[in-house]
Amino acid sequence: MKRELIGVYTIWLRDIKRYFRDKPRIIGSFAQPVLFLFILGTGIASSLSFGGGNSGDYLNFMFPGIIGMTVLFTSFFSAMSIVWDREFGFLREVLVAPISRTSIVAGKILGGSTIAMFQGAIILLFAPLLKIPITFTVFFKVIGIMFLIAMTITTLGIVLASKIKSMQAFQVITNFLLMPMFFLSGALFPLNNTVRWMSVISKANPLSYGIDAMRTIILGNPALQLYPIWLDIVVLVSVTVVMSILGAVLFSKQE
Amino acid sequence: MNDVNKDDIIEVKSLVKQFKKLKAIDDITFSVKEDEIFGFLGPNGAGKTTTINIICTLLSKTSGEVTLCGHDVSRERNKIRNCIGMVFQDPSVDDRLTALENLYFHGLLYNVPRKALKERSEEVLEMVNLTDRKNSLVSTYSGGMKRRLEIARGLLHYPRILFLDEPTLGLDPQTRNKIWDYIIKLKKSKKITIFLTSHYMEETEICDRIAIIDRGKIIALDTPDNLKKTIGGDIITILSEDNIKLKGYINGIIDSEAYDAKEGKVRFEVKDSASFIPKFIKNSPVKILSISARKPTLNDVFLDLTGREIREENATVKDNLRMRMRGRMRH
Repeated sequence: MKRELIGVYTIWLRDIKRYFRDKPRIIGSFAQPVLFLFILGTGIASSLSFGGGNSGDYLNFMFPGIIGMTVLFTSFFSAMSIVWDREFGFLREVLVAPISRTSIVAGKILGGSTIAMFQGAIILLFAPLLKIPITFTVFFKVIGIMFLIAMTITTLGIVLASKIKSMQAFQVITNFLLMPMFFLSGALFPLNNTVRWMSVISKANPLSYGIDAMRTIILGNPALQLYPIWLDIVVLVSVTVVMSILGAVLFSKQE
Repeated sequence: MNDVNKDDIIEVKSLVKQFKKLKAIDDITFSVKEDEIFGFLGPNGAGKTTTINIICTLLSKTSGEVTLCGHDVSRERNKIRNCIGMVFQDPSVDDRLTALENLYFHGLLYNVPRKALKERSEEVLEMVNLTDRKNSLVSTYSGGMKRRLEIARGLLHYPRILFLDEPTLGLDPQTRNKIWDYIIKLKKSKKITIFLTSHYMEETEICDRIAIIDRGKIIALDTPDNLKKTIGGDIITILSEDNIKLKGYINGIIDSEAYDAKEGKVRFEVKDSASFIPKFIKNSPVKILSISARKPTLNDVFLDLTGREIREENATVKDNLRMRMRGRMRH
């Protein structure tokens, strides 16, 4: 048992080490949300204020969504590094080591989630610029939710990664799964008064619940809340559990 | 070969591996003795890597029995993984980490005690001459250095068996020689069994015993010397003005038979070429343009057994399929 835990730790540590060494990746993954927030966000906000609304409201609304986006992409790409490792050989070194496949999967989930959480926390530091007050309690609550979202997405990514054999399939998944997940998560626009098919699909999107929880905690505005917090958490935890088990099984099966 | 032998560290009995349409390994049986260098020799796609992958628990077998250090390969995977070190055909070091970090992670995965880990890292790096580059990122290493690092890493947990799958593939001749020097040095300084594969015939001469594998079957298994003895002496190659007439003449005076070789030459084997050649030229009915004699190599053994040269394999559809099965190569 102790050996397996050391195995999980090793896989986790490798991902963390690689992440902090990869400066372009850190800068890149943090430039995108900033662009979204300050250019797209400001642009949309000012066009909305034509109607007489307050432009600051939209930026505030969008902020938890952009944190969600950061967590979504970072954790998904971290999970996909399995495909990368398979292509470049390192996976074999791990597969032939005396630890179980389950420990490898657990290490990958924790590694990806830690990185995504860290990345999301950086975006959270922009809150004062948008005049959103973040207290200590709020900060740690949001960190908790970010970690949950990150776990959900990483496990989902690992399930997919165990089925994908090349990096080429990667682009397809980004366009057909990741982008729709992001757009239909309530990150950029509210889901409660949109067309029916959209709100139906968004209910099946685990990210909707994560962003809803973050928005409720950060903005504390009941008018924007879709589900009770407990439901958000239950959905995220359930998806994570199911996907973890599925991921471990699929990963153990493959050769 | 089938009787139970205490000294056998690897035992493979009637091993079969069937991919969807392809029988990659077709009922092979062999055993490897403790502390010997055992070579698996054969052309690309013969089933060498597939066999290694099964023995080292990366691939499941279709049928047959495989035991390592007394552990069954399907049931006691972790016990087997503990006692083997692997150097894969494709690089598997993490090139965004330094050499020391690669070793550190390997040590953690293999439960090498923390205190010993540092000392052993230095020891194995010293052995492959990488001590002065131990803190450089592996991405700055050359192909040969990466391979040396992999050998060092494979030894870090003091395995009883070290697997080297095509350890010199893709390296230039000078680097290849160096890698073999390290392997010979390793063999002299440590009590370890080495299982290696190669398709460079001459490189496997350092093995104590060699299994020649072709199309999923073992076609010969013996010491390099004994294998070469199966060829009847020296090999003579002749270029003449009239091959048909020449062959008739040769077949009249030797026990074996002469056959056509590449570049329009005729080839045959005799026991003692030094005394044979002068007499042969003097009595030849056709004009001889060139003649050469040499000692047999393992390549000749392969040629003798299969009728093909190992390096000249024309990739057939089946071979291509096999190549694809081996997965992607970097670059």
